[in-house]
Amino acid sequence: MFKLPNCRTSLVIGFLSCLLAAIAAFNARAQTPGRPATPAEIKAWDIDVRPDFKGLPAGSGSVAKGQQVWEAQCESCHGAFGESNEVFTPIVGHTTKADMKAGRVAALARDSVPQRTTLMKLSELSTLWDYINRAMPWNAPKTLSTEEVYAVTAYILHLGDIVPAEFVLSDKNIRDVQAMLPNRNGKVSKQFMWDVAGKPDVQGSQCQVNCDPKVELTSRLPDYARNAHGNLADQMRLIGGVRGADTTKPAPSSFAGAVARVSALESKPKLNEGNTPNPAKLAQQHACLACHGVDNKMVGPSLKDIHAKYKTAKDAATLLAAKIKAGGSGVWGAIPMPAQAHVPDADIRAMAEWIAKGEFK
Amino acid sequence: MKLSNLRPGRLQKAPEFFLTKDVLATKGDDRRSFLRKAFIAAGGAASAVAAPNLLAQTAAASAGDPAILNLPAHSKGLGAPVAAKGYGTPSKYEENLQRRESPGLTRVGAASVSFAPLQGFFGIITPSGLHFERHHQGFWDIDPRDHRFMVMGFVKNPKVYTMDDLMRLPSISRMYFIECGANTGMEWGNVAVPTVQYTHGMLSCCEYTGVPLKWLLDDCGIDLKNAKYILAEGADGSGMTRTINLKNALDDVMVAYGMNGEMLRPENGYPLRLVVPGVQGVSWVKYLRRIEVGDKPFGAKDEVIHYVDLMPDGTHRQYTSIQEVKSVITTPSGGQVLLDKGYYNVTGIAWSGRGKIRRVEVSVDGGKNWQNARLETPVLDKCLTRFNFDWTWTGGDAILQSRATDSTGHVQPTMTQLRAKRGTRSIYHNNAIQSWLVSANGEVSNVQVA
Repeated sequence: MFKLPNCRTSLVIGFLSCLLAAIAAFNARAQTPGRPATPAEIKAWDIDVRPDFKGLPAGSGSVAKGQQVWEAQCESCHGAFGESNEVFTPIVGHTTKADMKAGRVAALARDSVPQRTTLMKLSELSTLWDYINRAMPWNAPKTLSTEEVYAVTAYILHLGDIVPAEFVLSDKNIRDVQAMLPNRNGKVSKQFMWDVAGKPDVQGSQCQVNCDPKVELTSRLPDYARNAHGNLADQMRLIGGVRGADTTKPAPSSFAGAVARVSALESKPKLNEGNTPNPAKLAQQHACLACHGVDNKMVGPSLKDIHAKYKTAKDAATLLAAKIKAGGSGVWGAIPMPAQAHVPDADIRAMAEWIAKGEFK
Repeated sequence: MKLSNLRPGRLQKAPEFFLTKDVLATKGDDRRSFLRKAFIAAGGAASAVAAPNLLAQTAAASAGDPAILNLPAHSKGLGAPVAAKGYGTPSKYEENLQRRESPGLTRVGAASVSFAPLQGFFGIITPSGLHFERHHQGFWDIDPRDHRFMVMGFVKNPKVYTMDDLMRLPSISRMYFIECGANTGMEWGNVAVPTVQYTHGMLSCCEYTGVPLKWLLDDCGIDLKNAKYILAEGADGSGMTRTINLKNALDDVMVAYGMNGEMLRPENGYPLRLVVPGVQGVSWVKYLRRIEVGDKPFGAKDEVIHYVDLMPDGTHRQYTSIQEVKSVITTPSGGQVLLDKGYYNVTGIAWSGRGKIRRVEVSVDGGKNWQNARLETPVLDKCLTRFNFDWTWTGGDAILQSRATDSTGHVQPTMTQLRAKRGTRSIYHNNAIQSWLVSANGEVSNVQVA
């Protein structure tokens, strides 16, 4: 690993000492930090499956089995038919038999489809298998068996009308299915953005004087979106030559610099007051929001739904705090909520009170 | 003062440097009392020529600015002791500058992005706590004592390194930008977000410390006859994988543990991440656990399903890695209000994944006319470069733009030029010239021009 010294020198003495240094460097090389990886270690980590299916473990899984796994572990996020747009973008939709024949998804060339689904983009079946195997399910990755990964892959292909209901996907027939993928011919992989020496497809102009005499505004944010990212006055520094615009009010009709300066001076930074924790921040910090949306059902029920269910309960905050701490299942469906015993009691209490109150904004 | 002659760096000397030898020779209390008198005199002079702002104008009606006349608590009391904060945090008055999510962009916080507040940064280094975040399956704070890094595939000696091993090796430190391939992606079709934080904030620039990947590949005896591609893989739930160009891997790719003089932050891959200079952020695999040397591309999820650029004909460009030449003005920028007419230092950043920034030009008339901006040093390979430009706002409408050229001669295109080739649905690799409209009311807003 260490570079051998450069021995291109005409002096004999120089050359000799250089040679000695080279030998020393060579000996040092045997002692570099790190140790050989064992075959078992390599096998444990070498899980990637390549487009030519190098790395694919032998095995199989049926559409029927895949449906069982799907309903238990995948449906809550991706929908019964892989069509859900609630938590992630849809997996299935907008591919046709004609696409399967051509290997190109025609809808990709049109603007009419609102979102690209996974099956519209998928050009390599290995990618679907590899990703499910390494990263799914969302909150418990790398827990599916090889059979379950084959089965879920088969079920998705079935939802996309690529394989029939009785199909069993295996390492023996996976190449045949690859040859049916609707977008298998849809990618260009060798292009200028792969190589640092690549030649760009778009070059800007070097003109400096009177280049583009007609300057037309073609797009700007509509007035109703003025405050869509929150008050911008709270997102800029309180000092300097500029301030953030107060987007809770309409844009001023005349020069507003002085007003902006005074309002920034008057507005106090929102500091954490006292020891009252901010429950919304806590819910983010403890990853509660990874499974519970405020408004929408995700893996678990939305905070608003929980509030609606428990708002009339006696001492709802204590009840909810106990439920958060212990976890449970069956109240909202089969997917269990893990116990949150690692979250400090004060934080659980603050979040429980927040949900009980239901004042989320 | 002639604005055209105004240059930065004309610092006023501190009062100590005006002291004569005689004063310096006086000792203890005498010297302090001299300084006190000197400051009182200076304060009086300052209030007399105070800047013509609203407060000073009010103050001028009375005896002077209350901020000067009424000594504040910090001048009359005792401050906090050393080590009151074992790890320092920014002033509470800087709380407005936060990493923020763009509402509606994603639905799950663990598979989302937070944008860095570029509007508040100086120079080129991103403070570690404000580095943009992109997590694919949540982030972790991994115990570094249990972290392992493996090199295998087409190598003679597959090896495992502990963090101890890696940190014993000779290290290098280099400054590079990191930009998400989807940075500015919301703006392909039209203006969608209000500020530079949301248009360009998936961008950061740090000094990284670690080991060149080439050293480790050599240490394991890379088989250069068969090696064509590298796979990098993370240890987190997403098991993030990306194919890396062998040319990059043998050039400037680093296995890094240090960022801005300390260890990487957990949000940025503690304790180990790949640094792939000039290449989009998704390839800078966090929680790096494995490098496989292979002979074919690996077709990872983020090379087949995501991070593929949709072209107008319906094909996807795959393995689009290099972040091309780009620049943006960070002040004045969208969502800001100019406080006064008169002089402004228009400032911004420029970068290229293909090399150094050679030139940045600024236009204040929407691209009709361009003038060279000053490039501030250092100007480094695949690193942010800060530029500055003198401008006088006379109170009318102005459209501010910046245009960068890199050392390969690649000039940053306009949105129109980019769309002509790549359409509007690509999502990734929007390096178009950004336009900020300064309106007569002093507000700056995000616009597109043609």
